Amino acid sequence: MSIRERLSGNEAAATAMKQINPDVVAAFPITPSTEIPQYFSTFVSNGSVDTEFVAVESEHSAMSACIGAEAAGARAMTATSANGLSLMWEMIYIASSLRLPIVMSLVNRAVSGPLNIHNDYSDAMGVRDSGWIMLFSENNQEAYDNLIMAHRIAEHKDVLLPLMICQDGFITSHSIENIELIEDEKVKEFVGSYHPQHYLLNDKEPMAVGPMDLQAFLFEHKYEQAEAMRNAKKVILEVAEEFEKMTGRKYGLFEEYKLDDAEIAVVCMNSTAGTTKDVVDALREKGIKAGMLKVRVFRPFPAEEIAKALSHVKAVAVLDKSDSLNGAGGALFEDVVSGMYVNGNNVKALSYVYGIGGRDTTTKDISSVYTDLEEVVKTGNVGNPYRYLGLRKE
Amino acid sequence: MSNNLVEIRWHGRGGQGAKTASLLLADAAFNTGKYIQGFPEYGPERMGAPITAYNRVSDTPIRIHSNIYEPDYVVVVDDTLLESVDVTAGLKENGAIVINTTKDGEYLRKVLNGYKGKIYTIDARKVSMETLGKYFPNTPMLAAIIKVSGIMEEGAFLEDMKGSFKHKFAKKPEVIEGNMKALEMALTSVQEV
Amino acid sequence: MIDKNTPADKLTIGGNIYDAGNAREFKTGDWRSIKPIFLSEKCKQCGLCFPVCPDDAIPVGKDQLRKDFDYDYCKGCGVCAKVCPFGAIEMKTEGEN
Repeated sequence: MSIRERLSGNEAAATAMKQINPDVVAAFPITPSTEIPQYFSTFVSNGSVDTEFVAVESEHSAMSACIGAEAAGARAMTATSANGLSLMWEMIYIASSLRLPIVMSLVNRAVSGPLNIHNDYSDAMGVRDSGWIMLFSENNQEAYDNLIMAHRIAEHKDVLLPLMICQDGFITSHSIENIELIEDEKVKEFVGSYHPQHYLLNDKEPMAVGPMDLQAFLFEHKYEQAEAMRNAKKVILEVAEEFEKMTGRKYGLFEEYKLDDAEIAVVCMNSTAGTTKDVVDALREKGIKAGMLKVRVFRPFPAEEIAKALSHVKAVAVLDKSDSLNGAGGALFEDVVSGMYVNGNNVKALSYVYGIGGRDTTTKDISSVYTDLEEVVKTGNVGNPYRYLGLRKE
Repeated sequence: MSNNLVEIRWHGRGGQGAKTASLLLADAAFNTGKYIQGFPEYGPERMGAPITAYNRVSDTPIRIHSNIYEPDYVVVVDDTLLESVDVTAGLKENGAIVINTTKDGEYLRKVLNGYKGKIYTIDARKVSMETLGKYFPNTPMLAAIIKVSGIMEEGAFLEDMKGSFKHKFAKKPEVIEGNMKALEMALTSVQEV
Repeated sequence: MIDKNTPADKLTIGGNIYDAGNAREFKTGDWRSIKPIFLSEKCKQCGLCFPVCPDDAIPVGKDQLRKDFDYDYCKGCGVCAKVCPFGAIEMKTEGEN
């Protein structure tokens, strides 16, 4: 039987880390993920984990320490947010190119400036092409479940890539909610122990990590990373299937909510999906065929699968909680639209940038998007596809 | 959307424990089998700065993740906020507001811009001083909102809080009795004006 | 052996190198433009030259005596010639006699 609890998103992440009991956690506290290393260091002090906790002096060092630990043959984890992730940036690429399955809990928050500490995805979107697997979580439960599945995906021999679990800063990280926890022993059995094939502390096999990799080799090594990312899709689904057998909770590459017969749909991520489900239900009561697609696996991006899932709708709106500042659409919008185009899906699509810097997103806001979609379907005219939601403007 | 959803908004000042009270309320409701949310709205986190915290309580899972704009109940932990913060903004008329104050109904109706719903008051300072000997308004305010909202039965609430206090004050058991008295006194002294 | 013709799927993960002592396979002798010449008649076998060689290009036998240069690895840096107190190592431009 699972354990009925109520935890904040940060407590949920720290609890998952406790149950995983990694060999090394290296972290520097940064709002709003500060509580994760804080709770975790308590577990270390209490002896409820036997992790080596490295309290580093910066995030660059946090990721460096994780890289060193993981290369040495240890299972390493960290937690960060926003500018903390920015400071890790150089090492983020090193971690993925060295194929080290480090797991990070990322509490999504705006990268300043001007100074803002609230939720958006400018941190995650900045590293979307760095070769990390990225899973997004609607609520505390998903942040926890995704972390429990993380190592099985990252450490799989066909994958061997670092992985980050994203959740919304403050909105879920600091909100107390109901959660179903899995028993410690079950988690231990599910996650398993870590036995890397090659590692630096293996005295039977001296090895060199991160050698010179010039014109004759880097291209092929990047291709290997891309292949691993493609392989990850299958592994993510296999692990999810096993997880469902253990918990009854089903996870895919994305979640479809009343999408089967939907005529208009919203694509979004993280906590906005919960709010959108309430809106979809309200619209359905009025006879409006609304649906939603929540992206869980953002990297690898399930382009083909999403294109197929949306192929029957008449219009779709993609919600981006960070502006790519490219003069065109947000990152998720571009991925969804290019996925649809390549797969021969010509559904009318709108890009909405919303929720920047923690701007609250209400059911009213989401409803207005569906109203816009109805208008597009009625007139057959998209108008300006690059739109904003909740922006003050004359 | 669940029909049984109850939404509560807390207004207080940094340091008065409004956030803690919202978390305690979430805890208590959770322990009676409810689905809950408890979250603060983070702003300038300074002692004395006006702060807002929220609760959702429901019999079915809660999916919505936004602030609360049309609450069923509002709790005001510090009556000096009444003139500077629009505490009844969006408050449902069939809901209620609970204020920690000694001011009378006439003044309150006026300062609340003629809010037509029910207004309850409690002198949380008096309750706290008499039972705890110090000013901790959040414990009496928690009891007051439980009473007014009826989201859980009083007996179950007291029983649950006793358990929480035993856990929370494991190293200072002498304060458990005072806190329990504060809750009991608050349950009886909150009144409609 | 991995080289510039090895296809992507035959490379090690992340470019890792799993065998020690593989520097032996990388002959750096062709980087050399100045060449050290060992004048054995002037050498007193004092033992100062071989520890300073960055490429281990001065072999020392079981008899504790240094032998002639291993030009497969000597980059011609000239450190050994600088350190020799007896002028027993002479640097010559590559290709000269």
